[in-house]
Amino acid sequence: MYGNDFVDPNDPGAGPLNAADGGAVEAAAAHVDRRSEIDLSDFDAIIAADQRVEPRDVMPEEYRQTLIRQIAQHAHSEIIGMQPEGNWITRAPSLRRKAILIAKVQDEAGHGLYLYSAAETLGIDRAELLDRLHNGKQKYSSIFNYPTLTWADIGAIGWLVDGAAIMNQVPLCRCSYGPYARAMIRTCKEESFHQRQGFELLWDLVRGTEAQKAMAQDAVNRWWWPALAMFGPRDTGEHATGGHTAQSMAWGIKRFSNDDLRQRFVDMTVPQAERIGITIPDPKLAWNAERGHYDFGDIDWDEFWRVLKGDGACNAQRMARRVTSHEQGAWVRDAAAAYAAKQAARQQAAAGEGSAA
Amino acid sequence: MSDTTLPLFEVFVRAKRGLSHVHVGSIHAPDATMAVRNARDLYTRRQEGVSIWVVAASDIVASSPDEKDSFFDPAGDKIYRHPTFYTVPEGLEYL
Amino acid sequence: MTDTTTAIQAAYLLGLGDDALIYSHRLGSWLTWAPLLEEDMALANISLDLIGQARAIYTYVGANDGTGRSEDDIAYWRDEREFRNVHLVEQPRGDFGQEMARMLWFSAYQRELYAGLAGSRDAQVRAIAAKAVKEVRYHLDHASQWVVRLGDGTPESRDRMVAAFSWVAPYIAELFEDDAASVAAAEAGVGVLPSSLRAAAEATVAAVLAEATLEPPAVSRWHARGGRDGVHSEPMGYLIAEMQHLPRSHPGAAW
Repeated sequence: MYGNDFVDPNDPGAGPLNAADGGAVEAAAAHVDRRSEIDLSDFDAIIAADQRVEPRDVMPEEYRQTLIRQIAQHAHSEIIGMQPEGNWITRAPSLRRKAILIAKVQDEAGHGLYLYSAAETLGIDRAELLDRLHNGKQKYSSIFNYPTLTWADIGAIGWLVDGAAIMNQVPLCRCSYGPYARAMIRTCKEESFHQRQGFELLWDLVRGTEAQKAMAQDAVNRWWWPALAMFGPRDTGEHATGGHTAQSMAWGIKRFSNDDLRQRFVDMTVPQAERIGITIPDPKLAWNAERGHYDFGDIDWDEFWRVLKGDGACNAQRMARRVTSHEQGAWVRDAAAAYAAKQAARQQAAAGEGSAA
Repeated sequence: MSDTTLPLFEVFVRAKRGLSHVHVGSIHAPDATMAVRNARDLYTRRQEGVSIWVVAASDIVASSPDEKDSFFDPAGDKIYRHPTFYTVPEGLEYL
Repeated sequence: MTDTTTAIQAAYLLGLGDDALIYSHRLGSWLTWAPLLEEDMALANISLDLIGQARAIYTYVGANDGTGRSEDDIAYWRDEREFRNVHLVEQPRGDFGQEMARMLWFSAYQRELYAGLAGSRDAQVRAIAAKAVKEVRYHLDHASQWVVRLGDGTPESRDRMVAAFSWVAPYIAELFEDDAASVAAAEAGVGVLPSSLRAAAEATVAAVLAEATLEPPAVSRWHARGGRDGVHSEPMGYLIAEMQHLPRSHPGAAW
């Protein structure tokens, strides 16, 4: 309902804005189920036939654990991601922007719920997953340990962070695990709106006053490198480890390498930056005709690991808020459960009286 | 501190009149009354549905993949259940 | 608005719009703080409904009161003394029980209000009310469900709900006070007298309290007043400062 009203239909250059716009999500949704032709007690046969593994199928324990970890981390990222963006709800500069932002932060909660729902099909409770988040046993995306300092950060997150997230998530729409793939299809359809609102927000700022333009550039300067780091450590060429990435690929959980997705993201985003009129903060960024891709500079992996391990501007703040919120809600959850138990007892008593009579 | 785990409910949404309810996912809620409301707020906020069913996940009885042979294969040879089994004269409509 | 419109009727409608905007703003600040994720979804939906009501009212008033103001002019470029919302909606976020107590009263009031406005002589007001009344029915249901569960839940939740309804009590009378603008709007057939909504709204709340096994709170010694004349409580200044600072720091900028 909010979203693409900024796209000029007469603009011949208005191509797909993100990885979800190119028809890949629809293609994944149209996946043909041929499970009836396969021996479902044979996990490898399901994977080999590129069919979806469903919750009650036999699956290797490592496959289950890998999925639980990945889906939970993904879900945690969605709900922690509500914090940096929610930070601007009370300060959004127009009512339209305010409504869009509330809807967007709400969507993040929704995506978290889709994902926890998918994880629970693997035989683990959401409460257990939240415990693992709260006690630090499971992680969330490190990108959300950066602060949102100006209004333009909301645009940069939408355009770059959601753009990168979509790039990661579109291949997951074809993930071998059915519930995860379906959650991703639903999520990607909604994320597309998020990225567009971010693009539009920055577009409008760059066409505004000098101060607004500077605000937009500053935000992109701060978010560009963390967005590239979101794809994870290098995992091709000399960096290929053959470990985690290889196993996830063999299982049809991961479809492309981190480096491959990062390159695609850069290739898709650079022309958009030019359209917006914003400079990407990388002096080494240049089109390489031979490769047919953009070359780009080195990511500061020391910073990446430092923030991942807890030394980012907002790590402690995000976790403290999440845990406090959860603890403050405990009396509400307890009360709701107590009421449900009382109601069930009352109904049972009433039924008992009815049968006695 | 103790933490209450609210029960899990599976959610089924009818996208529009004339279609069946289809499973879309799950939510947690203290009871069925709240479950319908939570499902509405999560799964139909973009007007994805006109009707919602919720079922306590613990109440669902499912066939097992192990039972595939005994549950579903016996229907495999009853091709006469399908309309394409029957030949009809050409030009006959509305059959 | 028709030719029967006067500035005083615009003032009446702005009061309704301001109630919706300021409560939407407070509810928006619940995101990430709800007791369960499902509740983040619900509170966001309600906040979105209310901001939608505010925008519809502001747009209509601005286009028809002779000022030509946009919805954002009205939201971001009026000073605190020009806001006409009741004190109830401007109070800072308390615990979840307080929010449900506030939402129960506010939505019970709004339901009667919009039902009444469905009979307005102003076609546009009728249209806004017709859409809003469906939304508000859901808000009322949501608050009622929670009040019943929390009132009849655990000893702690019951204590918290008793405290919550005592907290909200002094802010209720103002919802139903007739001021010059509402009297004029009601006389013109555009609006409804707030005092005429009181009995029905009170009955709604009383029924929910009874189901929640809660006693109605004692009458408080003071009650809030003055919101419709732009005289607010201290938290309102901070709310307005936070909400408006960005556009006001960049005069003439578009967002």
